[in-house]
Order: sequence, then structure tokens, then C-alpha cells
Amino acid sequence: MNEPVLLSVEDASVELPTPRGNLRAVDHVDLAVGAGRTLGVVGESGCGKTMLSRAILQLLPKKAKLSGRVMFDGQDLARLDPERLRKLRGRSLAVVFQDPMTSLNPVLTIGTQLIETLQEHLELDSLAAKKRSAELLAAVGIPAPEQRLTQYPHQLSGGMRQRVAIAIALSCEPKLLIADEPTTALDVTIQAQILDLLAREQRRRHMAMILITHDLGVVAGRTDEVAVMYAGRVVERAPTPELFKRMRMPYTEALLAAIPKIDAAPHTPLPAISGRPPDPTRPLQGCSFSPRCRYAAGRCFQEKPPLAAAESPGHQYACFHPIGIMAGAGT
Amino acid sequence: MATLELRIDEDVATSPVARTRRLGLLFWMAVGWMIFVFVAAALANVLPLPSPTDMDMLERRGPASMAHWLGTDGLGRDELARLIYGARISLTVGLCGPVIGLTIGGALGMLAGYFRGRFESVVVGSMDVLLAFPPLILALAVTAYLGQSVLNLTCILGVLGIPAFMRVARAATLTLARREFVIAAQALGATHARILLRELLPNVLLPLLAFFLLGVAVTIVVEGALSFLGLGVPPPISSWGSMIGEGRESLEVAPQLAFIPAIALFLTVLSFNLVGDTLQALTNPRQSAL
Repeated sequence: MNEPVLLSVEDASVELPTPRGNLRAVDHVDLAVGAGRTLGVVGESGCGKTMLSRAILQLLPKKAKLSGRVMFDGQDLARLDPERLRKLRGRSLAVVFQDPMTSLNPVLTIGTQLIETLQEHLELDSLAAKKRSAELLAAVGIPAPEQRLTQYPHQLSGGMRQRVAIAIALSCEPKLLIADEPTTALDVTIQAQILDLLAREQRRRHMAMILITHDLGVVAGRTDEVAVMYAGRVVERAPTPELFKRMRMPYTEALLAAIPKIDAAPHTPLPAISGRPPDPTRPLQGCSFSPRCRYAAGRCFQEKPPLAAAESPGHQYACFHPIGIMAGAGT
Repeated sequence: MATLELRIDEDVATSPVARTRRLGLLFWMAVGWMIFVFVAAALANVLPLPSPTDMDMLERRGPASMAHWLGTDGLGRDELARLIYGARISLTVGLCGPVIGLTIGGALGMLAGYFRGRFESVVVGSMDVLLAFPPLILALAVTAYLGQSVLNLTCILGVLGIPAFMRVARAATLTLARREFVIAAQALGATHARILLRELLPNVLLPLLAFFLLGVAVTIVVEGALSFLGLGVPPPISSWGSMIGEGRESLEVAPQLAFIPAIALFLTVLSFNLVGDTLQALTNPRQSAL
């Protein structure tokens, strides 16, 4: 991490009021992304990944309460006035959403959506904006871009739409791109293409990226650092190679074990994580993973393990019985 | 694999997109009738018609003749001329009234659906009050107070249409504002005005316009009803409703005086309803498919 830090989320919590009490969707999360680096955020559905991305963009639902700081380029986004925040969005911060079926306006042409974004932020005249839109579509691998500009989203396939969404997000050369499950709604064969496209554009533009996904396989080859989230908390954080070599948190191990292996013998049962994530409106006293953890013992049910530094640099985990260490202590 | 995909896409991109939809003969007949009525009403001054107010007391309730194609009414006025000039009033009121409702109701509904909160409660509450008011009584009170004129009539019918348009706009905005493309626009730094005008309005406009055509049909009928009751446009101006009202007096002697404007009214309202329904059917599945 020799790059300067572009975004740092410090002690951020998001609380959503629900009829059953306050729901803590994000629970004291600390994260940092350097300029031009990629951070993977991994976790199962409902663990607070999307709320975290919305918190960074300050696009939380109106009733949600955000505490902590979101420092971007030296400014605290949570305390920025709306007008400056609006200028920053799109220009420096951009986002690609999960479902390209709904993230594009169905009644406007691709061209209108791209050109207006360009005109809004870069103050280009319409001819220059149109030319640049076609370039952008070509850059994200869309053939015959001039013709595509006149088409509506429903005339494009899912993969094409996601490419358009990426083109719109990239249009103003953002410094940070948040990709919120960009491939979840897509065909498996398209997933790799979209991820490669994101990686290529990221390198070319020296842009930082937060890749949010529930698939450890997606982050494996494409991120510099990975944060694993569970029940709103970051439970393990490490540089990507380090995480896959020496994972400490039993949850990370369970996630990895739940990925189907292509070389496994037929009819091998797929190890699933038993149980369900804890009810976020009723926080557990101990470690939130303890009810589902096969290593959990006495202390795990009493206290929350803090996110502590591991022996290798940049590696943090929140567990009383980390995997490798316990085995090592036994011998 | 990548090259294969590129080729397929190039084919799709170059092939012309089928835009024509089957709308049916009835739809086109309705559109034809609407165009016919519009053109006749617009060109009423140019057409070689006798004056709609000139009375010919010697030829009262005359049958169809070369001079009077549809005969004359109880005061010897040319029925065809009155029908065409009446179409002007009926269409003016029928179109301008819903335009008022569409603009004000649509704007209020979109703002209420987008911003929610207290503003929405105030808007919905006041619309409920307006809806609870008996419309005919309101029209009666206003015309009694402000006098009978085309403008007053249009304004009343417009105001009465606001709640319905507000509800349609708000319902559409409520579902659309949750869609990801609105959040995506926010994430791109769009202002509220931009989101409302560029992202939401084109989406809300489709159901609103379909509803507008139905509103036109209803308003023409209500205008006819008010004129029939003598609350519409002041005489000697003719409107379809007042013509039916005047024809009522001689229903036994000359039933055509009431039936001719009634048929015109019926066909026009039916046309607006048919076109409105067809457009609504076209916009609805499209919205859910996207």
C-alpha cells in the first residue's frame, strides 16, 4: 500500500429504523482504498455490502443514520454540503449496479443517457459529447457504437446493458468506481468478460475500485485486498494472496469451502454453511458468527472478538480461534 | 468466443427494428373520426357553412335539404353549422380541462411521489378534500358566482380533474423512484430537477397521456351534462350538450335535433376511450417488461 489513500471509511455504522427496532446494517467498519488499487468486499446476502457502498456514496435511504467518517480525497463525504457532494458524484465517484435491467432508464436511448451525463459534468457541446459517447461505447467493447446510441435499453442484451452502464460510470473519468455485484445478474460466460473489462479500464485510467461480490472466486484474481464482511462487520481483511494462503477467520474458510470445485468427484456433497445469519435487529452478545461456527467455544458466545492485526502486515481478523494459529498451537 | 459474439451483435445492430404493432381496425377508425372532428372544428370559419346563430323563423325544425344538410333546429338555425361550432366548444373544454388537470395534477403527483414526507401528506390530503366535494355542486356554485363562460367552465372541469391525475402520477412515480436507474442517476450527480424531468417524467408521461385521453372523454361528457342543465356555455353559443338540451323540448316532433349531437358526442367519446385504452394497453406491458 505505497499508494496514497484515496478513500478511507473510518468507524462507519449505518442504522436503519424498522418496526422491530433499529437494524444495524453496517457495524463499525474501517476500510481504505489507495489510488489505483482494488478492494474486494465479500460476504453473503444481507451482510451489509450494499449498504456500505450506499454509505460511501451518501445515497442511503432517508431514514438511515450514518455515523463515522467517509474520507474521500481529504474531504468527509458524510459532512459535505449536498451541492459539492453532487458535483463529486459522477465526476470522481461512480458506481455500477448489480442489475443492468433496472439501472438504465427504460424510456431514454443509450445515447441520451450517455450524452447528458457527459454534458452535465464535462460541459461538452452536443457534438463533442456524441463523439465521446461513441468512443466510450467502443472502449467497453460494444460493436457499432454509433447505431447503439440510438437504441433503447430493452433492445440490448444483459451483458451489453452492463457494458453501457459501465461506460456511463466511466464517462467522467472517476477516481473511484464502486462495482456493486456487477456480474451477479449476468450469464456466467459474460461475467468474466465484464470483470476483465473492469480490470482493463481500471488499469488504463488508474482508477481505484471497490468490487463488491458474494463470490470469493470473483475477487481472487482481480483485487489487491479483500475485506470479508459478516453481519455488518468486517471480520477479516488481508491482501488478496495472503488471504487465500493463510486465512484466519472460520467464516472465510467456510465461504471458500462453499464454492463448488470442478475437479471434485461426482456426488461430493457441497459443504454449505449451516444456519442463517443473525437477526440484525437483535445483535448477539458474542461473535456474530458463533452460532454457525464449528470452532466456536465458550468465549465466542460471551464477547465480540475485536478486529486485530495478524502477524503478517496488512492482515486483520476478528476471531478468538483463528484457523492456522490454533492448529499451530496444537503441535 | 469473443469474435463470435461480436458478429452476432453486428447483425442485430444493423437489422432494422420492427416498430409496427398491430393496433386494429377499430383504433384507426377512432383516430379517423377524431381527425375528422378536429379538422371540421378547426376549419369551421373557412367552411362554406351558414351562420350557426342566424335564425330563420319560417323554416323551424326543417328537414335535411340542400341549404341545410342536417335540417334546422327549433329556432331555424342550421343544425350542421351548430354541430360543427359546438364541436369547437366541446373539444376546447374537453381538451383544455384535462390539460389543466394533467399539468397541475401531474406535477403535484410527481413531486409528492418523489419527495414523500410531509409534502406528500399535504398534497394527498388536499386532493382527498377535493375528491370528497360533489363535482356538480361545485360546478354549479362556481358558475353561479363567476358567471357562465367557456373559460370558467374549462377551469372548473380542469380543477376537478387534478386529483385523478395526481394519483396516477404519484403512483407511477412511487414505483419508479425506487428503481435503480434513479439511484444510478443520483450516483452520477444528477440534481433533483434533472431526475424529475429527465429520468422520471418520460416514464410517468406514458401512463399520464393514456389517462389524459380517457380524461378528455369524461370531460366532454361532463361538459355536455352541464350544458344540458343550462350551466354550460351561455346561449346563443352552441355546444353538443346544450344542443341536446334544446332538442329535448321537441323530442316528439323532431327527435333528430337531440339525436344528431348525441351521436356526435357518443362517437367522439368512444373514439377517445378507444384510443386511450389502446395506448394504456400498449404502455402497461412495456413498463413491466423493462
